[in-house]
Amino acid sequence: MEDNGAKKCLLDHISFQVDDGEMLVITGPNGGGKSTLAKVLIGIEKAESGKIFLNGEDITDYDINHRANAGIGYAFQQPPRFKGMTVQRLLALAAGREMSDQECCKLLSDVGLCAEEYLNRQIDGTLSGGEMKRIEIATVLAKEHTLCIFDEPEAGIDLWSFSMLIHKFEEIHKEKKQSLIVISHQEKIISMADRIMVIDDGKIKAEGLKEDVLPCLNGLDKCHTCAGKAGVRA
Amino acid sequence: MVELDHVVEEVLKVINDNGFSQKGAFNLRQNGTSICHGDSEHIKIKKKTDKPGIDIYIDGDTKGEKVYIPVVVSVSGMTDLVYNDFYIADGADVTIVAGCGIHNSGCNESRHDGVHTFHVGKNANVCYQEKHYGEGNGTGGRVLNPVTNIYVGENSVFNLDTAQIKGVDSTVRETLVEMDKNSRLYVTERLMTEGDQTAESNIEVRLNGEDSSAQIISRSVGKGNSVQTFHPKAVGNNKCQAHIQCDSIIMDHAEIGSIPEIRARDLNAAIIHEAAIGRINDEQLLKLRTLGLTEEEAESVIIENFLN
Repeated sequence: MEDNGAKKCLLDHISFQVDDGEMLVITGPNGGGKSTLAKVLIGIEKAESGKIFLNGEDITDYDINHRANAGIGYAFQQPPRFKGMTVQRLLALAAGREMSDQECCKLLSDVGLCAEEYLNRQIDGTLSGGEMKRIEIATVLAKEHTLCIFDEPEAGIDLWSFSMLIHKFEEIHKEKKQSLIVISHQEKIISMADRIMVIDDGKIKAEGLKEDVLPCLNGLDKCHTCAGKAGVRA
Repeated sequence: MVELDHVVEEVLKVINDNGFSQKGAFNLRQNGTSICHGDSEHIKIKKKTDKPGIDIYIDGDTKGEKVYIPVVVSVSGMTDLVYNDFYIADGADVTIVAGCGIHNSGCNESRHDGVHTFHVGKNANVCYQEKHYGEGNGTGGRVLNPVTNIYVGENSVFNLDTAQIKGVDSTVRETLVEMDKNSRLYVTERLMTEGDQTAESNIEVRLNGEDSSAQIISRSVGKGNSVQTFHPKAVGNNKCQAHIQCDSIIMDHAEIGSIPEIRARDLNAAIIHEAAIGRINDEQLLKLRTLGLTEEEAESVIIENFLN
């Protein structure tokens, strides 16, 4: 891929599958390629080779909006601000339809915001980083997706809101049966996963069931016990 | 009730968001003539005898009432000059909905120059909304040059909300505001130009009274080869506060200039100016595209909300 004008291999031989209703947590060191992978999945970044399938449909050549309409929801790690746009308007755009005050309030409450105060707030510099992050998550929750991708949803969120967020992920995962890819360093989120994938230096270092990969996370290089079960690729 | 032709009705739909109706206090001017007008219990409209235009008297018992004074120019080649004076009594609470639309299907320039002067008493609350719009498939220019003079009395609040969204080939907007003790001013200016259109806006606010305050927000989008120039000026002649914020989105080959001027003549005057010009943020486009919008749709949503 192009990185600042130079050709670089940012992701190499990445191949994995997320089953219906499954929650995959991607973790690993900073700069290892996790966010790049998420951007490749939604179409913000293009890979030079490889294929991406969604429900058996080859979406490799789809651009961002086609992938979104095909059923991928994506929450940015650092969401952009929109001068002049209200929170309610953004949520309506995210839902793809007009939303009542009540519906918007419910969504905002789900991410830990005191809803009525925010409906007519502009998504500009008057909102804190934490508020922006929670609104960003609400934009993904505004619509049902086949696959939701969250890039470090915990960043910038206080502990109380984080607990609510965990609850929301559980709801998406267990009740709505939507597939989830969550990029995270947070232990609580990692422990919610069905499967865990560790990415470092653009490569998959480990991938497998939570119970197999979790014990190895603190010392991946030294771990031998899970190599067979989890497919550790040290 | 006067029957309006189709062109006038369509233009009025655009320049009056909530629709124009011949009820209450109103005055509709078409092609240099007042074609219908009405008074209400508290708002009286009188035709000037010495020059074209009207005097609007809003008494102190006016509470939450709206007065509509739209202008439509639908003849190609016409230059319409009008003087409208508003006398707003102490304690009045009123919304004045103005606006001008030019429909030009010919090859000659159509032009409207509206000179509006507001005399606002004490403890009044005034909201003035003005939308400018041009349409028609003629080659003749559509020109609007508004002049707005506002005198805001003690403890009064004045909201000036102006928008020029589409179809005006050339505009030079002159606004002068004089503010008395403890008065407040909120100005919101929205402007979009495209093609070879030009727009110039000069706003001067003189904060003369103690504890007066002003907030001026200007948002604009320049497309095509259009040229925009903003010259906001705040002069603090007393203990006061003023904040000017000019934001512009530049597209294509447009040119946008912002020339601020802030001047303090009192030690306790606090005046701030912020200005930014830039292209549409890529991250904003990407975010909206991840919601399923095409690039064109995303761009349009960003502009629409930015100007909202």
